[in-house]
Amino acid sequence: MIPVSYYLVLSAIVFLTGLVGVLVRRNIIVILLSVELMLNATNINFVAFSHYFNNVAGQVFVFFTLTVAAAEVAVGLAIIIALYRSKSSINVDEFQLLKW
Amino acid sequence: MTLPAADILAILPELIVMGAACLILVLDPITPVSRKEWLAWIGLGALAVCAGVTASQMGVRVMAFSDLVIIDPYASFWKLLLYLVSGLTILLSLAYLKEEAMHLAEYYGFLLLSLVGMMVMVSAADLLTIYLGTELMSLSLYVLAGIKRAEGRSLEASAKYFVLGAFSSGILLYGISLLFGITGSTRLSAITAAVHTRSLDDPTLLLALILLVVGFGFKIAAVPFHMWTPDVYEGSPTSVTAFMAVAAKAASFGAFMRVFLEGLGGLKANWHGLFLIVCVATLILGNVVAIVQTNIKRMLAYSSIAHAGYALIGVVVAGHATASSEIRSLGLSSVMLYLAIYSFMTLGAFAVVALLRKGGLEGEEIEDYTGLAKRQPVAAFLMLVFMVSLAGIPPTAGFIGKFYLFMGAVRAGLTWLAVVALLFAAVSAYYYLRVVMVMYMREPEASVTVLPRLLVSPPLAIVLACALAGVGFFGLYPDPLVALAQHAILALK
Repeated sequence: MIPVSYYLVLSAIVFLTGLVGVLVRRNIIVILLSVELMLNATNINFVAFSHYFNNVAGQVFVFFTLTVAAAEVAVGLAIIIALYRSKSSINVDEFQLLKW
Repeated sequence: MTLPAADILAILPELIVMGAACLILVLDPITPVSRKEWLAWIGLGALAVCAGVTASQMGVRVMAFSDLVIIDPYASFWKLLLYLVSGLTILLSLAYLKEEAMHLAEYYGFLLLSLVGMMVMVSAADLLTIYLGTELMSLSLYVLAGIKRAEGRSLEASAKYFVLGAFSSGILLYGISLLFGITGSTRLSAITAAVHTRSLDDPTLLLALILLVVGFGFKIAAVPFHMWTPDVYEGSPTSVTAFMAVAAKAASFGAFMRVFLEGLGGLKANWHGLFLIVCVATLILGNVVAIVQTNIKRMLAYSSIAHAGYALIGVVVAGHATASSEIRSLGLSSVMLYLAIYSFMTLGAFAVVALLRKGGLEGEEIEDYTGLAKRQPVAAFLMLVFMVSLAGIPPTAGFIGKFYLFMGAVRAGLTWLAVVALLFAAVSAYYYLRVVMVMYMREPEASVTVLPRLLVSPPLAIVLACALAGVGFFGLYPDPLVALAQHAILALK
């Protein structure tokens, strides 16, 4: 059996990839993808712990996370499309109407 | 599978608001433009019914849906506050949307959906329900922030809010997953029991704790996780900004305190120092950066960051390891009191901002208030009251709120914190009273052709009257609100 720590290392790598992606990428679609990576890292954790504890609560949580992630993508893409129509760009560096 | 009737009854307010939201969204396309406002009244009616149901639940304490949801006085307190704030926001929006020619009843639908999310957050007894509530609240607010689709600023605010909100949810969720790995459950009561058996310097536990602080820090707009606040508050439609500044903050604080004081109360030695740093940083940055703002919505955004800092003083006191439980309860109840008072004054200030028009546009620069006292003395006086209350000057309610917070800090032995907060309250008086100074002591320049004015309508008058009554009444006679907050506190661990 694969020890639970392997899963944790995998999920940490995926989570950090997503985290760094949000911070350094400038294309808003790629940022959205990076956020999804963060959420999926969480899912790996939940399933791994669920298996380790023999407790289905973790897997139930994953179902909810997947549903919320789908809703989040729907809202996010709608916002991105509206933004693209008004600015013809999806580069976050060009969104600078608001700053102090 | 059948659902027990008792469980359904426990979440009746959520079901009513959710039903009203769905009804509004369904009726929206088949309602002619001239009658869209009727749909807002459906929402207000639903809120009135819910207020009755929740008031009748005030004394009870029940768990529902196998301990996913809890109905206790603490949850009922926040829910009553949220109904009031949402009702006033709907009234404000009636006037604001008409002026902006936005005939969108779906606006009210999303507002109510967001409210359902907040209600779930404050009555959650499991990290799963807290996460779902947070997401429902945030997803609806992303849409509301960008609902002025023709305006670039609104869309940009929406996109920024979405990216940072989704990012912070991801961090929060990772923290929850680690906590599940440590304790084997996402139930707050099970977590409370499990963390007692762990050593305090377990690195995984500390990491989970930090991730949760970051996630909630974004939601309550505490420094250093506040970057989204000014941009989003400035770009969103003003009625939505008012709702975010008041309701979203109150609900986030409600869930945040339940997680940390109840679920992770056993770890307060770990998180107490962290909160102290966040609290002081929030107080300093919020108040100092507000001074240089020229746009009033942006100034109020920094002021809302600063107010999160004041409220955090109460959280620090409630989590103080060596203070007696009486003093810690005082800290918790003063946060609840403060956020209730903050709701009245901030909503009032935003109501004035929303309806100040310059020609066909919104007048949201502080300069636009020049000489308002001459032309509209009542509007200027109301703004004066809200600004004085935000600055915390007696005899307004803002003073009472700060007084209880500072008293808690002094009694817990954190006198230096009270002194720092008091110094920065003095700093804040500068930028609040600058608005008053501009209104009362300056003449408009001769070159200005279109003078800004406040549009008065019956719904706006109701909102302003309620906010003024709250600020004035609780400033002179705070006992009922204080008693309610003290009755509704959590059992501190």
